[in-house]
Amino acid sequence: MSSQAAPAYITLPNYIEARPGILSWLTTTDHKRIGILYLAGMMPLFLVAASIAVMFRLELFAPGEQYISNDQYNRLLTVHGVVMIFLFIIPGIPAVFGNFFLPILIGAEDVAFPKINLTSWYCYVIGAVLALVSVVVGPADTGWTFYVPYAVKTHQNVLLPMTAAFILGWSSILTGLNFVTTVHRLRMKEMGWFDMPLFVWALYATGWVQIVATPVVGITLVMVLLERFIGIPIFDPARGGDPILYQHLFWIYSHPAVYIMVLPAMGVVSEIIPTFSRKTIFGYRYIAYSSIAIAAIGSLVWGHHMFTSGMADVARIVFSFLTFFVAVPSAVKVFNWLATMYRGSVYLGPPMVWALMFILLFSIGGLTGLINASLSLDVHLHDTSWVVAHFHFTMFGGTGVIFFAALHYWWPKMFGRMYNFKVAYLAAGLFFVGFCTTYLPLFFAGGAGMPRRYADYLPEYEIYPKLSTIGSWFLFSSLLLMLANLVHALFKGERAPVSPWGGATLEWRTASPPPTLNFDGEPDLSRGTYEYPTKVDDE
Amino acid sequence: MSNGSVARTMNSHSQHAEHHDPAAGKIGMWLFLFTEVLLFGTLFIVFAVYLQKYRFDFREASSHLDKLIGAANTLILLTSSLTMALSIGALERARKSLAQGMLVITIVCALAFLVIKSFEWSAKFSHDIYPKSEAMLLKPVGEQVFYGLYFTMTGLHALHVIIGAAAILIAMVFVQKERTRADRITFLHNTGLYWHLVDLVWIFLFPLFYLIG
Repeated sequence: MSSQAAPAYITLPNYIEARPGILSWLTTTDHKRIGILYLAGMMPLFLVAASIAVMFRLELFAPGEQYISNDQYNRLLTVHGVVMIFLFIIPGIPAVFGNFFLPILIGAEDVAFPKINLTSWYCYVIGAVLALVSVVVGPADTGWTFYVPYAVKTHQNVLLPMTAAFILGWSSILTGLNFVTTVHRLRMKEMGWFDMPLFVWALYATGWVQIVATPVVGITLVMVLLERFIGIPIFDPARGGDPILYQHLFWIYSHPAVYIMVLPAMGVVSEIIPTFSRKTIFGYRYIAYSSIAIAAIGSLVWGHHMFTSGMADVARIVFSFLTFFVAVPSAVKVFNWLATMYRGSVYLGPPMVWALMFILLFSIGGLTGLINASLSLDVHLHDTSWVVAHFHFTMFGGTGVIFFAALHYWWPKMFGRMYNFKVAYLAAGLFFVGFCTTYLPLFFAGGAGMPRRYADYLPEYEIYPKLSTIGSWFLFSSLLLMLANLVHALFKGERAPVSPWGGATLEWRTASPPPTLNFDGEPDLSRGTYEYPTKVDDE
Repeated sequence: MSNGSVARTMNSHSQHAEHHDPAAGKIGMWLFLFTEVLLFGTLFIVFAVYLQKYRFDFREASSHLDKLIGAANTLILLTSSLTMALSIGALERARKSLAQGMLVITIVCALAFLVIKSFEWSAKFSHDIYPKSEAMLLKPVGEQVFYGLYFTMTGLHALHVIIGAAAILIAMVFVQKERTRADRITFLHNTGLYWHLVDLVWIFLFPLFYLIG
């Protein structure tokens, strides 16, 4: 490691100190700053949407109407869904960590189109503002799916949230386009496709899904708005339209969007597991190919959202088969992660704890997905709280958990500060208890037939939603504790070393925080992407 | 330190050195065009579904569109694609004024297309054919869907013509200032690609709306 001489890292100002002032941030084209801007916008929105969930869970503490009317419940549910899906979990990992680390991981100075990158953030901000304004002027009550004909006929305001979703779609497309081009053009010459870190592979596959799927939902939302405001008949059955067609077009995007959410998370896991096992990733090529396979097969499974909507049996069987099939590449990844840990020198640092939690929770989410994919079972489980439990296990237990893992993994690199480990472990433990108490009962309630999306339920079900509501308090507290710990670290944390976890990818071979152009001199490629030194060098 | 690292260290004072990579520009543009194809592709799928469902209504409604106007606009857009390509060819050979002349013709074609389109739409409006008009609501539902898609798809296409024309105008300014020139032609190339897409979409719209009747 003689090539890692310490003084080389401290000769340049880091990206935070490089230019002072708010304006320098709002006009920046530095991918790292844009990543931080996304993070700053995203966390408050995430907390708002999470506290809304805690609010409507309170209503579900007991049967009957307590604090929230049916209409208010529908609106809160819609706001929770729209903000979580479009503003947190879809942009989440690519926008924050992808922006910050993609160029560093491939040894580049920035993304291919820095100005478009900033434009993308402004699209995000406009979308967020519209969504928030819609909350103030009266949120929609359609759910985040905006199903027609209700979205055409409801008296609530759907213009703002749908416009927000449309603009956020552009933000997503521009980011995907930028990342795909960046991976093609800006890799260091010495870095071949199969030398790239797996997080880069995941972002690349995600970028393609963003480009291919998002325009479909964009124009579909426009059609709904045209129908609602100009009276152009497209989906309204009363005027010759076909509402099932809307569902197809919506899910042609929104199911691949699930993979936009989870693929980058899987990429992060593929970075954390080898780093904390001090062992080369097992089956590198299979993990890389499985990202592409998930992106490809995942684009062909949308019909499984519509098994009870009215579709030809042949179509239902094909969609069911493809849904089972898409589980294969996901399982390939899980087995490769486990094999990576096998006989590794595992260190249970906070990021690793979150990553292991991901494997457990996401496996439960994935396996219950196979139950949904079975045609006969789905008829029973469709629109019950089982589905709610399933997608919270995959999205929150999957992508959400890895967002937190990534925060803990890269926080020292992004801000140059270490957080308190004890508090981090405590928050993770509390999260796990809260998460399981919140969502496991919903599987049982759904299996027993409790429908979802209602502000009320039959008294027979009481125990399940009650447990779930109690769990939500622990869950929310753990989130506050975790974020407080991280924010506290910004001001009081110890200075982070260059490579606190002994990672082998390129970001651990530049200063914490990195200089504006990422590296002082040429990035050091003397060691392979997953080639770990026998000893952790602290500085 | 290698030479490369010296350059990096020097660069780091200005936030970002001007970075010119024509290949990246081209990849980015093709990916963007891909999104446009999917945008219109979705509308074509919707059209296909309803054509299947309301075959006779679609034929009936289509027969009321003016084929001559549609054909004229097709001819105009095809011509504009030709002049766009000629302009790129001219600039590649560093013949600036020829390139500019071709761009002027392209813009004139774009405007002619829009003028004809607006006459066509206003003729429809004056016959009380617009979304939710009384005459419209009396028509069979299939025809209502046909006209709905007609206004949506040709409207969105016209919007693309306007954006394309604006891009060509910007290209003309760049060519004039020689910010775009023979050895730095990516912007004009990409404008051309966009314009050809606009043309291509129309080539599908024309038979689908005007010729099935």
